[in-house]
Amino acid sequence: MNLTEQLVALQIVVPLLSAPVVALLRPRWLAWAATTAASATAFAIAIAIALGVREGRAFGYQMGSWPAPYGIELAVDPFSAVLLLIITGASTFALLGGRLSVDTQIEQQRQPLFYAAWLLGLAGLAGIAASADAFNIFVFMEISSLASYVLIAGGPDRRALPSVFKYLIMGTVGATFYLIGVGLIYMMTGTLNLADMELRIHEVGDQSPILVAAGFITVGLALKAAVFPLHAWLPNAYTYAPHAVTVFLAACATKVALYILLRFDFVVFQQNLIGHDVKFSYFLMPLAVLAILVASGMAAFERNLKRLLAYSSVAQIGYIMLGASLVNHAGLTASIVHIFNHSLAKGTLFLAVACLAMRLDSLRLDGIAGAARNMPWTMAAFVVGGLSLIGIPGTAGFISKWYLIAAVLGEGPLGFLLVAAIVISSLLAVVYVWRVVETAYFQSPPDGAVPAREAPPEMLILTWTAALLNVYFGFASDLPLSLSSAASALLMGHLP
Amino acid sequence: MELLGHYNYWVFAVALMIGFYAVIARGNLIKKLLGLSIFQSAVFLMYITMDKVEGGTAPIIQPGVPDQIYSNPLPQVLILTAIVVGVSTTALGLAVVVRIKETYGSIEEHEIYEADQPS
Repeated sequence: MNLTEQLVALQIVVPLLSAPVVALLRPRWLAWAATTAASATAFAIAIAIALGVREGRAFGYQMGSWPAPYGIELAVDPFSAVLLLIITGASTFALLGGRLSVDTQIEQQRQPLFYAAWLLGLAGLAGIAASADAFNIFVFMEISSLASYVLIAGGPDRRALPSVFKYLIMGTVGATFYLIGVGLIYMMTGTLNLADMELRIHEVGDQSPILVAAGFITVGLALKAAVFPLHAWLPNAYTYAPHAVTVFLAACATKVALYILLRFDFVVFQQNLIGHDVKFSYFLMPLAVLAILVASGMAAFERNLKRLLAYSSVAQIGYIMLGASLVNHAGLTASIVHIFNHSLAKGTLFLAVACLAMRLDSLRLDGIAGAARNMPWTMAAFVVGGLSLIGIPGTAGFISKWYLIAAVLGEGPLGFLLVAAIVISSLLAVVYVWRVVETAYFQSPPDGAVPAREAPPEMLILTWTAALLNVYFGFASDLPLSLSSAASALLMGHLP
Repeated sequence: MELLGHYNYWVFAVALMIGFYAVIARGNLIKKLLGLSIFQSAVFLMYITMDKVEGGTAPIIQPGVPDQIYSNPLPQVLILTAIVVGVSTTALGLAVVVRIKETYGSIEEHEIYEADQPS
């Protein structure tokens, strides 16, 4: 009984049990400090697990010592290690950099409750990534979703409420679809453990219920992951959420749904259903290409800074799906690296947006005109994040675009069309990032506006740390690449 | 007779679609939530149906009854959890509707939409 064996369970237990304590803590700075401490502990655990996984160590935990497949099992492989890093990292950065932003946006006496919901969301997301049990994943998914509805509804703008309602309806429909799929699989195999499920589906004679389950699970999770055209809930939810919450959720919430989607489709279905790889490609590749083009186009015409970045997120989910829909090792590696790198880029951008929001009244493009004169550091960090989003060499975004294009080119004639889509979308990304840069650097501030000051130093430090991480992982991409490659090998399993 | 034998599954499918239709087609937020609840309950019915073994009793081992047939208890346990999840979702949804009513003065989707359009 040493600590290393308990790490996986602690990953979930620390934030989960801190949540009710935080709800009782007063004054509010203490609640913030406790939340940040719990989140930072989870981040440290995730780093320890990721380093261990890279050395080939396996992390697993049998809940209550009941052996799998009967008991509930937690297991971390390279894929979940990447996700845990993103989730806990995003939460910690958003908390450290978002304290002042939360102070201005959430009523003081409600802040302990807000932070408690935050920790529940963190525990739910980490639980999804660490769990190896299909039903447990559903429960964690609902914990994280309920918490994120509460967090988003905390936004001061009244339009946050209808957007949360929409998110709640669509999120619940997605989760219920997933539940139907899991039920159908349980009916045919009698197991809920993912590893066991993979083996037992081989023995199922009539595969039609499994096929229906594959449909329900893919569509349900695509709804949760905001895969185009099921992304309708995302732009408004991101726009009207408190800025710190946007940093947290934009960096990891949809990726976690993508993670289960890929895990189910590759591990459970691909290796068992005949011709599933072709159906998976034909269904998702057109959607991915549409997401890349249409959402980037929407972003290029959007006038609200946060909604612009939200549409860009929909496009980035398209990139991730495009890599996965190639159903080969290179494509999958590219998409998992992109999950990691896009979290870095979007996290940085939304942190910079939170800094801007501290000093400016409006986040519409005309509201940030001339902001770079008064807030040069904030805007410079925004530019670094933007460059990473576009995929300029020397930033993290370049690495994943490079791998994605290399993977796509291996597809022959179709590959050239897909490369064309990626290039067009990258150019659109240049357009929408440039529109923000142009407004902030070259336009004069609106008449009569009080000159804004630079954002508070503690927020700037965090934003710049995130921005520099984009540059760091642009050069030293060994950790995400080795983990992604191992994850991809694992998902591909014995597929050709 | 197979068609009738699967009668619980028919109820599941029909209830599922009724709920789903209400979620999509109704503009009233409370009616949407009602639809969502029906939608979720239909799935509960599916789980409960699949665990039933013909002639099966409660899964309690009794002395002196060697080959007792009992229904699978696991789906029932799962659904107990899913019901709790469903109740929390509905409660949270209703709380959001209350706040929407307080700030917008309406729970009709199109009126809320129009209230936010710049005039």
